[in-house]
Order: sequence, then structure tokens, then C-alpha cells
Amino acid sequence: MTRTEFMQGNTACAEGALAAGCRFFGGYPITPSTEIAEHMALRLPKVGGVFIQMEDEIASIAAVIGASWTGAMAMTATSGPGFSLMMENIGYAVMTETPCVIVNVQRGGPSTGQPTLSAQGDMLQCRFGSHGDYSVIALSPASVQEMFDLTVEAFNLAERFRIPVFLMADEIIGHMRERLIIPDHVSSNQRKPYEPGSLPFKAGEDHVPGFPAFGKGYGVHVTGLTHDERGYPCATSPKLHEDLVKRLVGKVEGARGSITSCDILNPDAEVVFVSYGAPSRTVQQVLHDHPDDNIGHLRLKMVWPFAEMVLARFTNAEAFIVPEQNLGQIAREIERHTDKDVVTVPKLGGDLHTPGELYAVVEDLK
Amino acid sequence: MSEEDWLRQDRLPHIFCAGCGNGTVINCTLSAVEQIGWKRQETVFVSGIGCSSRAPGYISTDSLHTTHGRALAFATGIKLANPQLNIVVFTGDGDLAAIGGNHFIHACRRNIDLTVVCLNNMIYGMTGGQGSPTTPMGGLSTTTPYGSGEPAFDLCGLATAAGANYVARWTSYHVRELTRAILTGLENPGFSFIESLVQCPTNYGRRNRFKQVADQIEYFKSHTILVEKAARMKEKGEMIPPEMILAGEFVRRNRPALGVRP
Repeated sequence: MTRTEFMQGNTACAEGALAAGCRFFGGYPITPSTEIAEHMALRLPKVGGVFIQMEDEIASIAAVIGASWTGAMAMTATSGPGFSLMMENIGYAVMTETPCVIVNVQRGGPSTGQPTLSAQGDMLQCRFGSHGDYSVIALSPASVQEMFDLTVEAFNLAERFRIPVFLMADEIIGHMRERLIIPDHVSSNQRKPYEPGSLPFKAGEDHVPGFPAFGKGYGVHVTGLTHDERGYPCATSPKLHEDLVKRLVGKVEGARGSITSCDILNPDAEVVFVSYGAPSRTVQQVLHDHPDDNIGHLRLKMVWPFAEMVLARFTNAEAFIVPEQNLGQIAREIERHTDKDVVTVPKLGGDLHTPGELYAVVEDLK
Repeated sequence: MSEEDWLRQDRLPHIFCAGCGNGTVINCTLSAVEQIGWKRQETVFVSGIGCSSRAPGYISTDSLHTTHGRALAFATGIKLANPQLNIVVFTGDGDLAAIGGNHFIHACRRNIDLTVVCLNNMIYGMTGGQGSPTTPMGGLSTTTPYGSGEPAFDLCGLATAAGANYVARWTSYHVRELTRAILTGLENPGFSFIESLVQCPTNYGRRNRFKQVADQIEYFKSHTILVEKAARMKEKGEMIPPEMILAGEFVRRNRPALGVRP
């Protein structure tokens, strides 16, 4: 039965994971994400799942990847310093095409920074943080409801594309409490099954191979080395490496137009806010305080892969205003894709932009 | 089935150097797995990075060749998510004791039901012969050109102190003893740690006065002393020369273990 709760964002994330079918959590305590681990520790044993607190974040993501190879839906949650530690194994998950979900409840960085305050400073790290060329999916929730809904979506996308998917939350959304509607049932994607006898890393038209889970007698070899379609290491062939990396990138980038997720308000506006995560709340307040068809809002729920085609939906746009809790990480991506003005409105230190600050930018442009 | 049935024939020949001790230890391991009667579809080999970690790539079960130092953390995830699977981890001295040291002690503490075979060649072989945490004092390598000035890790002492249920050390000379130790490790619930010293003629032997492959194996034979004998000597107040390798079973116990098949 659908039920309504009053819940914290981090707890809603954990509940979303459980609803999606997550049955393994490996993690390490870190502010401001710890409530996710705590809630999973409480709940997973009751649904036949496994919670383990590992010795560090490197081990956490490693255990998650190991669990995923048994066929389990698996996740971890962390914040900046732990996210940095996970980078090498995130690349391993990309290379071995291991579905998993990584939640980053962002706090102020660099380094230990501001453990208890909000930021969006890891938006480029989640896209580029591991070495080599690759592509991933990152979602950005702007409410407690979306901490639940987008966690479900993160699992669906991870299973479908066999990649690590990031839920790039921030401290404000993670610690905020508001109404949450938990549906009776959520739709969930299963991994594409492996066809016994086929080559384990040979992909079909969607560029995603079927998943040969451990323990089924497939005898699959999984390696982070460049490998052929049998999964065997072959690290010296330029052609094989190029084909593999292009497929890993292509299976995500090729789908970006169809999987992208955003809210669009006033598509005929000349001045358009582009936001994701907590700053979206301030933009919504501005639009509430100053109802004006000429102020548009593009709220990205999926930040990566960046779907530049959604910018073109604002046919009259003269300027994009991009408030972020960083120094303009996604504004730079928007600049790459438009010849209109891009006004970055950075905010560091943990506070949200005020509605007044954002409306002042609109006034300046008039 | 025989040991050969556990090999991926289509991946041979392997990448190990002529005279490498890894093949011996892989053979001992497969022999133990064969003797205990594990089924291939219920067995997973896991490894990190390095020469020893290439072993699972030649074994016909499901196998996970992971990142440097992290094999035990990956294996922990596999075992907890599916305790029905039997897991053997191949690792080396650099992989386990340097970059993976933290995972090693915590896997021992959890006493998670894995069998870990550490092929200790006292050197970083894959990268061309750099000093490792088990390079002996005075040992020559490309990064200890004047002799290692650091004391070596006692991996078995570490595993024992950290809580492993079963801990043993042999060498690539002691094929039967090593096979028996691995078999005991497979049988024993909880964390089983079997260290085997192995010759590395390419990167260790030739820099450290072992001109022929057999010289280092001969050294293993003449320089091992059984744990029991060492204990008797200690009781009598006799000196054990510091270059002697302590071999045998260090601990076999039943601490509470994690991930044991229900």
C-alpha cells in the first residue's frame, strides 16, 4: 500500500534502494551521508540482505563490486573524501561493466573541508575522477521524494547499462526532512541475462553484454585489464582497446537523448535558470515570488551524461543563469553547447543562494 | 577430474617467466581444490595485481582479477552476498602486505571464510624487481640497490595476531606439505592464510646470489626450520639463526567466523 511518511533525505535514499531491490550495502561512516549506512544496517537484515561496514571506502566499493558479480543489486554511500578514495575501483566497475550505485552526499571540499555543510563540488569528479576515458550516469535529487525516486532510477540505469550510477546529492537535500510518498511497488530493471555459450563480453546492438553472474557455472573471467569478448586480457592490441573503450563510452553517450531526465518550465522564456540539486529550490522560490513567463527553468535530474539537446527546447533563450554550490562546474558544460550568454552564479561555504541574490541576476540581464 | 580440468587451456601458454615458482603453487592449490571435491561452478578465484594475481586468469572457474591490493575486499563482497560460493584468493607480498595491508588485517579480524594463498617472492616481479615489504634486510632490488634497510614483514605472524583461523607457511620446495596446508585451509571455516615462498629467478634470484633457479629452491630446502623444532630449540635456549625460514602450521583454531556457508 502506498504510504506517506515524513522523512529525512538520506533515509529516503535508503528506502528507495530497498524498494528497488538493493540487497547489499558496503560502506564506511562519513558525514553527511552516514544516515544512509545506518538505515541500511537496520533494514537490510530484515529483508534478507547484507550490510557490512568495511575498513575504508576503497574496500566498500570493492565489496559492492564483488557482491554485484553474484547478481545482487549493491550500493555504497559516501561524501567527498570517501568519494576520492573510491575513484580507482569506480574505473574498475566501468571497465568490468559491473552494475552498482554510489551515493555521494556532497559536502564542502577540497580535502576535509566542511563536513557538515552543503556543496556541489564533486560534479566533475563523478564524471572524470577515475583515470582513462569513460562515461557514467549521475542523477541529482532536489527533494526528499527525489532521494527516493532517483535512487530507484539509479538502480534501474545501473542494471540496464551495467555501469556505476551516481546519486549526486548534497548535504541540504540529504538532511532535509519533508513529506515522502512511498509507492506500493516501484518498477525495476533487471540485468540483461547472459546467454550460455555466448562470449561473456560480446555486446548486442545496445552495446551492453548479458550479465554472467558468478556461481552459475559460466566460468567467466573478469579483469580490469583491457580484454577481448571472452573476457581474456589482451592489453597490447591498439584496435581492441580502442573498440572496447568506445563501446563503454558509446553505450551511455549514445543513449543520452533518450534517458535524460529534467523538468522544464516556461520554454519560451528569454532568461533561463539551469539548476540541479538544492539550488533548484531557490530557483523555484524566485519563480514563485516573481511569476513571469519570461523566466524559464531547466532543472536537471540527470546531470551526466549531459544532454545538450534539452537546451534547444528553450527556443527564445538569450541567457542561461546557472546557480551552483561550486565555482561553475556544470556552467562550463553548458557553455560548451550554446552560443547564448551563460551566467554562472557560484556559491561556496554551505549556504544556499537566497532568492534575492538570484532575482538580482535576472534584473541585471533586463 | 584432474588438475588440468581446472585450467583454461585456451589461455596457455602463461606469462610466468621460465623457472618461476608460481606454477608450482597454482598446481598445489588446484590439487587441494580437487582433493576437497569442490565443484567448479561453486568456486571463485579472486586476485589483485601482480604476477601471482594473474593465476585466476588461467583457472576455468568464475574469476575476478581486481585492483592492486584490494582482492580481499572484493572477495568479502562476493562471499557475503553468496556464502554458497567457495573462494580462494591468490595474492603476492606487495599486493597483500603493502598496498593491501589494511584489507589483510581486517579480513583476518572478521575471520571471513576465505582461503588466501600468498605467493611471496620477496620482490615486485611484474614491475621489474623493486623492493617489497618482505624483501629481507640487505636484499638487493632495483629500489634497494645498496641492500634493503627495512625489516621484512612476518605475514604469518600478522595473520595470527589479527585473528585468522588457520595460518601456515611453506615454500615452493615443499610441494606436499604446501598442498596439505592449502587443503587444511580449504576445510577450515573462517580465514585461512597460507604463505608460500616462491623463487623469482628473473627479478629476485639473479640479484641475490641465486644464479640458477634450483639454487633458490635448494636454499628454501636448507633454510627452513619447522615451527615445532624452533619451539623446542627456544625451550632449550638455543639460538635460531635469523636467516632461517619458519615453516609449518602456526595456528589452527575456531574463532567465530563470518560468511560461513549456512
